[in-house]
Amino acid sequence: MAALTEEQSMIRDQAQNWTSSESPVKKFRDMRDGNVEAAFLPETWQSMIEMGWTGIIVPEAYGGSDLGYLTFGLILEETGRNLTASPLFASALVGASAFTIAGNEEQKQGWLPRIVDGSTIATLALEEGPRHGPEQVALKAEKSGNGYTLNGSKTFVMEGMAATALIVPARTSGKPGDQTGITLFIVPADTGGVSRHRLQTVDSRGFANIDFANVEVPAENILGEVDAGYGPLTQLLDRARAGMGAEMLGTANQAFDMTLEYLKTRKQFGQIIGGFQALGHRAAQLFTKKELVRSCVEAALTAIDEDADNTQELASLSKAKAGEFMHQMSNELIQMHGGIGMTDEFDAGLYLKRARVLENAFGNQAYHRDRYARILGF
Amino acid sequence: MADSNADLDAFRAEARTWLEDNFPASLKDKGLAPWGARQEGVHVDDDARAWQASLGAKGWGTPTWPAEYGGGGLTNQQARVLQEEMARIGASNPIPAVAIMGVTMVGPTILDYGTKEQKQRHIPPICRGEIAWCIGYSEPNSGSDLASLSTRAEDKGDYWLINGQKVWTSGANAADWCGALVRTDTSKPKREGISFMMVSMKQSGVTTRPIQLISGSSPFCETFFNDARAEKNDLLGPLNEGWSVGKRLLQHERASQTGGRGSGSGPAPKPIHEIAKTYVGTDEQGRLADLDLRGRIVEQVMAAAAHTLTTRRIAAEAKGNVQVSAAQSIMKNSATIVGQLHAELMIEIMGNQGLGWEGEGFSKSEIDATRAWLGGKAQSIYGGSYEIQNNIISKNILGLPETTQKG
Repeated sequence: MAALTEEQSMIRDQAQNWTSSESPVKKFRDMRDGNVEAAFLPETWQSMIEMGWTGIIVPEAYGGSDLGYLTFGLILEETGRNLTASPLFASALVGASAFTIAGNEEQKQGWLPRIVDGSTIATLALEEGPRHGPEQVALKAEKSGNGYTLNGSKTFVMEGMAATALIVPARTSGKPGDQTGITLFIVPADTGGVSRHRLQTVDSRGFANIDFANVEVPAENILGEVDAGYGPLTQLLDRARAGMGAEMLGTANQAFDMTLEYLKTRKQFGQIIGGFQALGHRAAQLFTKKELVRSCVEAALTAIDEDADNTQELASLSKAKAGEFMHQMSNELIQMHGGIGMTDEFDAGLYLKRARVLENAFGNQAYHRDRYARILGF
Repeated sequence: MADSNADLDAFRAEARTWLEDNFPASLKDKGLAPWGARQEGVHVDDDARAWQASLGAKGWGTPTWPAEYGGGGLTNQQARVLQEEMARIGASNPIPAVAIMGVTMVGPTILDYGTKEQKQRHIPPICRGEIAWCIGYSEPNSGSDLASLSTRAEDKGDYWLINGQKVWTSGANAADWCGALVRTDTSKPKREGISFMMVSMKQSGVTTRPIQLISGSSPFCETFFNDARAEKNDLLGPLNEGWSVGKRLLQHERASQTGGRGSGSGPAPKPIHEIAKTYVGTDEQGRLADLDLRGRIVEQVMAAAAHTLTTRRIAAEAKGNVQVSAAQSIMKNSATIVGQLHAELMIEIMGNQGLGWEGEGFSKSEIDATRAWLGGKAQSIYGGSYEIQNNIISKNILGLPETTQKG
């Protein structure tokens, strides 16, 4: 754990207390079993808004507290630990960042206070295929009048059913694969021509496919410059990756703690199984990785807060290392629990399923290893 | 102890003046004296001798050790300032290298456990760089299971009589003294009959033989005790409680081994992916032409980055008084993985050129990389093997029971 300020320690403690008492895994399980379409509970979301979590990275001028991404990471670590379902990440981190990075003054004033007070749930609608590919944007935006008309589809949009505002990267020129020719649009979810289809995913969280049929977007809803959206999109994605690294660290750390607890209590052959070196050494190696991953996650979040030159590099490092650890940890969680780990009644499966979704979002381990090598020039 | 900025500035000025007066310009950027520099036949020039003598007399070769025993008596912050000032003018500290294990391990342990008389006798000559120490721990049949050691020390009334054999004693052929774990009671369970003895190497009962390693170098010896003697007051710490003393020494050792490749000081070596490009070539996208190798190199580079960030995080947490848990064992294992992966990849990258031993056809850097690959295999063995570190983590840090490790 980084050396925290007093304010950061308070926020972390608050997040720990709140998630463990108000939003434990049981809450998520009940929501899943209730088949809630939005895939989160309104009271959970309301409490987060009241605690000020939706304004953590929003400047004070727009109603936020401007505490930064490292602080946001402390909260996401705790929600990750408890599998707390909410639009917090999609809206208050990714959505808000889109406006702070690319928004003009009017757009910031119009959208950020609404993200903070919860009346807007914003999300990024980026992917169009099964694999992460920010330059593969094909959804077409054609000039019409002083605005644009959007046609195409987005897949696997986070909180896609609950969102009220979509940040949509669309192609205004060039072809899929080109970095130039991408433009970011703000599309209210109730705009004519937008149709949403709920996805039932392995992690029981809120995802949707969204079709755009002749969707009219006025010029004032262009976020940033026409054809030059790839730069701000990359910046946005790196913030999302770094923030998600914190959530993944929390999810994986909980899986570690559950496993360690089991190793200390389960008896076979007349002894506590954690005394078997075959298990104890694996636990020791997982613990070592856990500590290395925390350093990467905190470094990436800090780099964003400090606007450092190596933010891209650290965001990829963080996402890849957190993904590697969570992948292995979620498998060991099942394996070391044995039969009980295979039962739906026990929580291990919830962590395994969530792990793969988080790994895949915004580029998996292989994606970020490749990107890291490219950044270093080989 | 916290120093005010004004105090530190005053100390910086004092250090700067002293260094200007005492550091010979001829030694700028010359680096450390090699191990065993005090051996006969190894040339050390007059300037190096003079620098070592003045640094030793000042106590600044061991800056944080107590002044009453010849150390510098500086605070950690002052020591950091001194280090910065020395780096600024290209001065290095020869005392730790000359003392072999004296500065990094034995000295701190004597300061922890020694009587006033023992400290007065042994610490000042280490500070002055006059005495070199080695460590007698491992034996031919006691490696990872160190507590099974069988070198005996018998109480002969007015002295200890020592018989047995030690192995992997680094620098034993250059050392004046050996910090040895010996068995003083054979009737007790194995960890409870061990004592820590300070044994003079300059006596007829002690002989050493260098061990040639797979890398071609010989940094280690076998050390034989045949009716060797130690004085009664050369027992460090209580009788039969040498296991605790010995473990403390290992903590001092581990603290000096957690660097990892790419995180130490000195000029940064050429990055491995740049070296790879020169041997392997690149494709039209500028990627390394061997994509499988590229994938494994990037994993190593990322592991090294994670290690470096963790080293920094531990330092930052220590400054903020946040509890730093488990740092030494996890960092030693992490450094081992990063370092050995690097060495293996280097050999693979160089292909045939990574398989030379000496002579024509191979550059110096190629031979160095090959020797480093071989020498680096020791990293997961010395100072408590990779597996022993995992035992320490699982038992001491994670609180898992000890059932399969008898002793």
